[in-house]
Amino acid sequence: MSLTSAHSVVAPSANSKLVAGTIIVAYALISIVPLLWIFATSFKTPPDSIAYPPKIVFQPSIEGYCNLFTTRTRQTPEYINSLGPATGFCDETVRKRNMVIAGPSNFLPRFVNSLIIAFGSTFCAVFLGTLSAYGFSRFKVPLADDLLFFILSTRFMPPIAVAIPIYLMYRELGLSDTALGMILLYTAVNVSLAVWLLKGFIDEIPREYEEAAMIDGYTRLQAFWRTVLPQATTGIAATAIFCLIFAWNEYAFAALLTSGSAQTAPPFIPTIIGEGGQDWPAVAAGTTIFLVPILVFTILLRKQLLRGITFGAVRK
Amino acid sequence: MAEIRVQNLRKAFGDFVAVQDSNFVVEDGEFFVMLGPSGCGKTTTLRMIAGLELPTGGKILLGGEDVTMRRARERDIAFVFQLFALYPHMNVRKNIGFPLLAQGMPSAEIRQRVEETAKLLRIDHLLNKSVSGLAGGDRQRVALGRAIVRRPKCFLMDEPLGTLDTEFRDLMVHELRELHSRIHATTVYVTHDQMEAMSMADKIAVMNHGIIEQFGTPREIYDRPATMYVAEFIGSPPMNFLRFGGGLAKGAKEILVQGAKVTVPEVREDIAPADMALGIRPEHIRFDDASKLRGAIYGTEYLGTTQIVAVETADGIIKARVPAEIRLNSGEPVGLSLSSARLSLFEKGSGRAVKTAMYDKAAEARHG
Repeated sequence: MSLTSAHSVVAPSANSKLVAGTIIVAYALISIVPLLWIFATSFKTPPDSIAYPPKIVFQPSIEGYCNLFTTRTRQTPEYINSLGPATGFCDETVRKRNMVIAGPSNFLPRFVNSLIIAFGSTFCAVFLGTLSAYGFSRFKVPLADDLLFFILSTRFMPPIAVAIPIYLMYRELGLSDTALGMILLYTAVNVSLAVWLLKGFIDEIPREYEEAAMIDGYTRLQAFWRTVLPQATTGIAATAIFCLIFAWNEYAFAALLTSGSAQTAPPFIPTIIGEGGQDWPAVAAGTTIFLVPILVFTILLRKQLLRGITFGAVRK
Repeated sequence: MAEIRVQNLRKAFGDFVAVQDSNFVVEDGEFFVMLGPSGCGKTTTLRMIAGLELPTGGKILLGGEDVTMRRARERDIAFVFQLFALYPHMNVRKNIGFPLLAQGMPSAEIRQRVEETAKLLRIDHLLNKSVSGLAGGDRQRVALGRAIVRRPKCFLMDEPLGTLDTEFRDLMVHELRELHSRIHATTVYVTHDQMEAMSMADKIAVMNHGIIEQFGTPREIYDRPATMYVAEFIGSPPMNFLRFGGGLAKGAKEILVQGAKVTVPEVREDIAPADMALGIRPEHIRFDDASKLRGAIYGTEYLGTTQIVAVETADGIIKARVPAEIRLNSGEPVGLSLSSARLSLFEKGSGRAVKTAMYDKAAEARHG
């Protein structure tokens, strides 16, 4: 398999490399600045976060993170003085603002909900997608083209267009505000993408591999498991990332269908209210933490993701 | 090891008939080659024997057992694919041991069997290498190793040398033949390359449009082609055809071609007047100025010990293989003398060979 000179016969010149590098750096700056701003805000104090002109240099504080994970009540200085010594850094910080920690906030359970729902639905979509894609790729499925088109057609409209029927259905079925309901919903949205992406990957794996395994004494399922799946890992990983990113970031359905026990982080974070308005450092802290899992997942699978995006562009 | 018996085997994909009523027997330990152009049904036949494709009709018997509708894994056969189908995520050792793993063989025994097999194929030094770094010939050997490690009833090979360089291909032809003489495995080998077929096969079936045109030893197929198609497909350059007309009577020994009398093997059947063709291999033509069959030198192709001479005759170009020493000039008139005993006669319409004395021995051998 040669990947050289697929697009150009000569190596790129120093000049074109420079131009390409400049564009990439410029684009990276534009994309990264908002993220850096959020990251910086998460370490500001509430007054610093709304200061005008905005503070580039500031005294970092973890107050935003303290506020994110806790609920606090305002108390009189006398009462606070009557308490024993502060038990931790957060305790100390909030006491300076005449407050005491009342208990944990809902952020952690919401974050865990997000993890369960996003990873659960990604697993389901990729699992179903792999099996369906394999079926479409290898068997003579009656009306295969129509079925594939139908599967794709579920993406023709924005999912939120069916929000009201789904809302009513979910209320009727008792799926509102449940993790199961959200997993089913995100799986349904993602499975069409998964089938189409994975079918492309599986089509590229010569069927001789399974045939060889089946002649060598394996059942089709064993052959699939031992020969197709290991070679489809790239495609599966790329598909998983796309599905995960959608499920992780999804806001509209989550806001509509979850409110309590199954609420995910995206609808929760904007509701963090501080004293006298939005608690921007806490919101920024929530966003920062919210970015971490997807960042880690993407870094772990970045090779596969790259091949997934360029898939089809380079042939063996 | 076992014999393979194919009876009235038929495969249709919708309206397209890929294999039409095939009948042949591959004896135990025989190296059988199915030869034909792409799309002639040879691979489909092979896949039906393997169980990768189910026949539309007919029977396949493996060692006397009817396996026509059995699953591939229940047939105890091994298959070598054109693209080898080596698993890229496993090293050489695991690739070769993969069929044994399916049988649930203990790992110590797998190890031993894999090492024996690797030694047989002289790839024991590659066992722990990844298959993706292997050269074409070595990939081929690993694929063969995966096939022979299980000691199956028979081997099926689908153009296994098709992707190799010429250099490797010649080497592997030799190695395959040598391997076959050592393990005597019943082998069905599919190829479109006549040189591979001729040099390796015990028996050849020449296929065209889903039909077996001829089944026989390489010698039979070359010397006594059953149809014009076979005569043209085998041999490089292929057999020459000279048109002649009129019927043939049983016992006839002479025909008239372009006004020249040509002695042919004694005809064994009556043929009604029709367009006929006289078939002659290039090496059975000599230049003889006394001959009434005339032509002019059109061009020569020098091959070292021999040369291929194209001669323009009243009936188109005829190619003759003559010793390289003969000096010939373009345009020079020559007389052509044909070796009477080696001539084939064909009915042009059906392409069928006319029964002559030349086919006697073959018929005797088959029926006697």
